Amino acid sequence: MNTLLNYPVLKKLSSLHWVIAILFASTLYVTVCNLFFAEGTLLHVSDYTVSLLGKYLCYALLALAVDLVWGYCGILSLGHGAFFALGGYAMGMYLMRQIGDRGVYGNPELPDFMVFLNWTELPWYWAGSNNVLFMIVMVFVGPGLLAYLFGSLAFRSRVSGVYLSIMTQAMTYALLLSFFRNEMGFGGNNGLTDFKEIFAYSLQSPDTKLALFVATAIALAAGYAVSHFIMNSKMGRVITAIRDAEDRVRFVGYQPAHFKVWIFVVSAMLAGLAGALYVPQVGIINPGEFSPLNSIEIVIWVAVGGRGTLYGALIGAVVVSYAKTRFTAIMPEAWLFALGGLFVLSTLLLPKGLAGLLDKLLNQISPRQTETTANAEKPAAVEVK
Amino acid sequence: MLRLFSLLVFCLMSWHVAADDHLATAGNEQQAETTLASLLKQLPNTKLNKMAPLIKKIAATSAPQVPAILETLQAGELYYLKANKQLVHAQRTQHKKYDLTDLLSNAPLPSVTSSAIKKVRTNNRIRRQIGDLLSNMELNAKDPAIRLEAVKQLLDSPNKVGIKSVTLLHDNEPQSKIRELMSVVLAVEQLKAGTEAEKLAAVSILTGRLEPAVKNALVKALDNSTALSDKSELTRALSHAIDKIEQQGDLYQIADHLFFGLSLGSVLLLSAIGLAITFGVMGVINMAHGEMMMLGAYTTYVIQQTFPTLIEYSLLMAIPAAFVVSGLVGIIIERGVIRFLKGRPLETLLATFGISLILQQLVRTIFSPLNRQVEAPQWMSGSLDINPIFSLTYNRLYIILFALMVFFSLLMILKKSSLGLHVRAVSQNRDMARALSIKSSWVDAITFGLGSGIAGIAGVALSQLTNVGPNLGQAYIIDSFLVVVFGGVGNLWGTLVAAMTLGTFNKFLEPSMGPVLANIIVLVGLILFIQKRPKGLFPQKGRAAE
Amino acid sequence: MIVDSKGALLSSQDLNTKHGMILYVEGVSVSFDGFKALNDLNLYIKDGELRCLIGANGAGKTTLMDVITGKTRPDKGKVNFGQQIDLLTLNESEIARAGIGRKFQKPTVFEALSVFENIELSLSGDKGIYSTLFHKLSGAQKDKIEEVLYTIGLIAERNYPAGRLSHGQKQWLEIGMLLAAEPRLLLVDEPVAGMTAQETERTAELLTSLAGKHSVVVVEHDMAFVRSIARKVTVLHEGSVLAEGSMDEIQENRAVREVYLGEEQAEL
Repeated sequence: MNTLLNYPVLKKLSSLHWVIAILFASTLYVTVCNLFFAEGTLLHVSDYTVSLLGKYLCYALLALAVDLVWGYCGILSLGHGAFFALGGYAMGMYLMRQIGDRGVYGNPELPDFMVFLNWTELPWYWAGSNNVLFMIVMVFVGPGLLAYLFGSLAFRSRVSGVYLSIMTQAMTYALLLSFFRNEMGFGGNNGLTDFKEIFAYSLQSPDTKLALFVATAIALAAGYAVSHFIMNSKMGRVITAIRDAEDRVRFVGYQPAHFKVWIFVVSAMLAGLAGALYVPQVGIINPGEFSPLNSIEIVIWVAVGGRGTLYGALIGAVVVSYAKTRFTAIMPEAWLFALGGLFVLSTLLLPKGLAGLLDKLLNQISPRQTETTANAEKPAAVEVK
Repeated sequence: MLRLFSLLVFCLMSWHVAADDHLATAGNEQQAETTLASLLKQLPNTKLNKMAPLIKKIAATSAPQVPAILETLQAGELYYLKANKQLVHAQRTQHKKYDLTDLLSNAPLPSVTSSAIKKVRTNNRIRRQIGDLLSNMELNAKDPAIRLEAVKQLLDSPNKVGIKSVTLLHDNEPQSKIRELMSVVLAVEQLKAGTEAEKLAAVSILTGRLEPAVKNALVKALDNSTALSDKSELTRALSHAIDKIEQQGDLYQIADHLFFGLSLGSVLLLSAIGLAITFGVMGVINMAHGEMMMLGAYTTYVIQQTFPTLIEYSLLMAIPAAFVVSGLVGIIIERGVIRFLKGRPLETLLATFGISLILQQLVRTIFSPLNRQVEAPQWMSGSLDINPIFSLTYNRLYIILFALMVFFSLLMILKKSSLGLHVRAVSQNRDMARALSIKSSWVDAITFGLGSGIAGIAGVALSQLTNVGPNLGQAYIIDSFLVVVFGGVGNLWGTLVAAMTLGTFNKFLEPSMGPVLANIIVLVGLILFIQKRPKGLFPQKGRAAE
Repeated sequence: MIVDSKGALLSSQDLNTKHGMILYVEGVSVSFDGFKALNDLNLYIKDGELRCLIGANGAGKTTLMDVITGKTRPDKGKVNFGQQIDLLTLNESEIARAGIGRKFQKPTVFEALSVFENIELSLSGDKGIYSTLFHKLSGAQKDKIEEVLYTIGLIAERNYPAGRLSHGQKQWLEIGMLLAAEPRLLLVDEPVAGMTAQETERTAELLTSLAGKHSVVVVEHDMAFVRSIARKVTVLHEGSVLAEGSMDEIQENRAVREVYLGEEQAEL
């Protein structure tokens, strides 16, 4: 939050250090407990928990991406699930090709669903999909390109606010419909699944799962560091200024559209990365990831966690996802009630989310920072338009 | 408001009456029936070789029961009881067991075993005779509708006897429409087996007819004639006639797409119109708008369940009920949540999205997650046939009329009523309106209720077109928003034009690329359009709009 | 054209003001839905001049500002900055970088940022994406910010979030942001609205001191304030210039008395 970032004293003890320290410690803990404590002992962390945590970290990275555009730049994207899914599909295509001739039809070149559709060769856009480097590039380029095209169109013509949100939602909806079509060449309804291995390691093995978890933690830390760097640079201040008074920014001589496109693309790439790490851990990517509901769920993570604070996004993603896991296990009926209630209550009662609450508590503990408290209590100042 | 409803109810009633309009039945048939009864008595005792004249006599009575009796005989289901020679219609239910009904009165009789009854025997020749008689009888029927139907059938599947009777009947047919069709039937025959001159005359009769059978006959004739000589007069006449029919066919194809497009557009209009008020006029983003429609659809379902005997009137009852239910829910949402988020559109968007999830789950919990069956009243089914290749189905026709009615009523409310004046005042300058002692919070609640209520009415209409389930609303929310934005926010006419344009566009794309791709193309097109013109087709200009 | 796509070559120092004029507005018309907000308006501002624009509500003052700063495109007419820069071909941020600063009627500052950061963002210099991402404040820039903060009297509030400033302080901060950008031409819309008498006096002093180094155009309703700063006054009426001259000349002008000052004569 600005309250934390604005003050030189706190800048030195920035959230970056805390987040990376906590991430490192918990990753280390999970790794050690998974590897060195036998099943049944108190400290053992099960393989199931490891991949569950890996999923949460992917969500956290995704939430971070949304926070960059919404929390800092005021662009409420209801279509970030699309970038996540595109990253996931890029990874899925690679994993699909790694199956080789072990598919049901045993075709060494074509994935099963293409054989099923009587296709005789790979479509052109699958070229290079069995190359690791190419896949990694595509994980960023795919979502980034879409964000660039969409963003430069929308931001140049100054589509903003609710209009933009609806446009992003329409974008992901159009992609949802497109990917459902078999003719698109991405497995239609079923998506891409039945993956065997990644970089020649079996996806079923617990070690691979642990490695993927650690990789996700590292990616999250890196994503966090990059976001932290951007938001603490002069650019970060320009972006915050765009959120609060776009016209003023323009009359001061910046081109808000350029900054918006740029941050939108960065955010889309982070979302793509999250999707790419998610797919091998859950073993499937299908068009359902494009559904508008998914995208809007990401937004609620950020809202609950506290937008405009990078760590708030992480807290929100993990807390809400954990609640979802518990709820759907105990009483699946109630989950939508709870989620809906969260939307309503967090917007009405917790405009700054859990991070805002945390800020307040911290300030009460150390009353020296009276100015910070005053700022936190000032409601209208940082409202997103 | 009341005026709107009485108008709605009135209109729907009048359609109902028109659709229910039965044709009067023919007059005095007493005598025919007594003759028939005595003839029928002879059936059990008549030998097979004497059967043909008897059946001819029976047919000649032209009593109303004759067709049914002959059909029974033809199907081999005409029996008589061995005990008293009573004629019955018997249908075998299981091994050697028969269900009986009296042949004349159709009254059910106790079922019997095969030993108690005996079949009235027929053979192939008699069955064929019955078939010819039946079609002839229809051609001779008093009811012109039956005659017309019989001629149509004859056109599609010609038979010798039928054509012979048409030749005889043609000159005396009182109805010009039927006579015309009869000459078409004859012309098609001439085309098959006439002389060159007769064929030419036939072609001139057939030119411009849209019946598929006519086109087939012409094409066939053309195939045959080109085999003979290439540039004969007949060949030219034939290809000309075919061209003309095809041109007209294309024209009606377009009309058909247009009709489907307009009906889809009307659905879009209905779903967007409530949003045009809450979003367009008030500036409130209601993501639960689709769920208001869902509530309307479920209200229809509940009404049909509560009054199962009044299905014919259920929609009329559902319209005000849905308006009230959705309107009240809307007012509760406005008072409970939205008013606290004034001036924070993105938060409003999120909170109302949360509400939509809650409403969906609520419906899922109460009514189960499965789709519910909402029945269509009789008067909604069937279609209005304009010509053989173009017909308007009543449900789509009513949706179009209904959507337009809702639209214009709303327009009147906003333009003429004092509520409308207040709404416009508040939406343009809240502080000033308040200074003029307009209760802006009250206006907000009522306006929101109005928008939601109209969504409820839209739900009633949707219940006739799609599955009524918890996800009904979700399917429409994105489309509705796009329609409003495309048309230009705050402009009801824009919403109308946008809805109809999108609907038509979609339906014209559909045949060549399928519904999904058409939908995608329309979506992408819209996204691009709105980025080029963020204020839609008909933007509000001036400084107030900044 | 002397502007590259990013407007980087544009700096107020290169501006060609050979004939002593910095702004030419010629034959400009703007209409909204048939309403003529500006009607064949002509206005010339000299380099270093302090000009006041007055006129009743709807006379077209704010629309004129919008046209000069690129927010509104005129239906017809020419707007030139110096000899060579055609403002109608530039967008808002390019115009700002070319050296025209604008203060809004309603003070708009970046509320979530500190006073210091507000000024920092407004400093003249490269405003592209990568230069802001890797930007480090130089000593000279820090000095400049301090100097501006001193000028506008907000040294003590330098680390406050701007959202916490009083209305008057926000007005000052906004002027400070303009100063930091070192523009050649300042457009100031109602700078003293909502200010105390003391604040008004300081604002008058500041604006007067700016003239010479910068050209300043002030739109103001407060006649006493206009009288205290103005050397030359332009009266707008129904979208075009009604009269131009010193305050005394304006007061004597019959047309002005009739259409505009009529009801306010008692005040003058």
